[in-house]
Amino acid sequence: MIEGILGKKLGMTQVFAADGRWIPVTVVEAGPCTVLQKKTIATDGYDALQLGFGAKKSHRVNKPLMGHFRKADQGAFAHLKEVRAANLDAYQVGDQVTCETVFKAGDIVDVTGTSKGKGYQGVVRRWHFAGGPGAHGSNFHRLPGSIGCSAWPSRVRKGMRMAGQMGNKQITTQNLEIVEVRPAQNLILVKGALPGPNQGLVLIRKGVKAKKK
Amino acid sequence: MNVVDMIGLEQIRKDIPPFKAGDTLKVHVKIVEGDKQRIQVFQGVCIARHNKGAGSSFMVRKVSNGVGVERVFPLHAPTVDKIEVLTIGRVRRAKLYYLRNLQGKAARIRELRKGQ
Repeated sequence: MIEGILGKKLGMTQVFAADGRWIPVTVVEAGPCTVLQKKTIATDGYDALQLGFGAKKSHRVNKPLMGHFRKADQGAFAHLKEVRAANLDAYQVGDQVTCETVFKAGDIVDVTGTSKGKGYQGVVRRWHFAGGPGAHGSNFHRLPGSIGCSAWPSRVRKGMRMAGQMGNKQITTQNLEIVEVRPAQNLILVKGALPGPNQGLVLIRKGVKAKKK
Repeated sequence: MNVVDMIGLEQIRKDIPPFKAGDTLKVHVKIVEGDKQRIQVFQGVCIARHNKGAGSSFMVRKVSNGVGVERVFPLHAPTVDKIEVLTIGRVRRAKLYYLRNLQGKAARIRELRKGQ
């Protein structure tokens, strides 16, 4: 079985549970994805499926990639991603992977996406430093302060929290619960917030921490 | 309309009677105790409605043993079994928070009768 699926984050809303709880959910249009390539232990050292998601105009695809798509014969795709899978014999190149075959309500998943970019940010925004007083002669408004000692170690320690690019990097949110799966519309409702903007690409996988138990 | 808004609309119940602030209501609430479920009735005056799609709620006030009790119910939640409208009140406000400062006869609300 394949352990994940690609999807598009559509936005957040809330739904009622049967016991009356009001649950915040993120709606994801998950799949249908097309199997583009099978990676096996014999040839690649691991078992996985390469999935394609999101249509792309064929004249925008270069010839080598188009040759790769043609093996599946399902058109061109905007996003390609490898997902770990077991029992590869059940899948053929060109097969469709739909959300209801991978997940059901109640499953615990990890969701990977690219977070919203915040640009170059200082330490107050990026690392929640307290900052200094705003007035009364203070000249220490939003500065980071000391970043280390002097003669020893005479360098800045690795991992020092400083100003820099914030956001627009890959984030995985773990242990989210699937509230509902709607095969007719290819929708998955995940409890809680997901990384990235609406319309962004997300990869939903079985939760690694839930798998251990 | 987009898919996300549609999912919000699906949560809206169609069996809610029309009522406004000032109306006297009987709210039947499902209460789960262990594995048993029973229905509790809360009767009082609706003093506010908060309209926000499926997240709408309403506030009911009653005076119980001389103590004012207010409860906020989610309008579309499955825990609200049924809402009965007993009387329609004649009020000139949407939010009747002024009732909190009134007692006894002054806290009554005139009933809207037919032809008025």
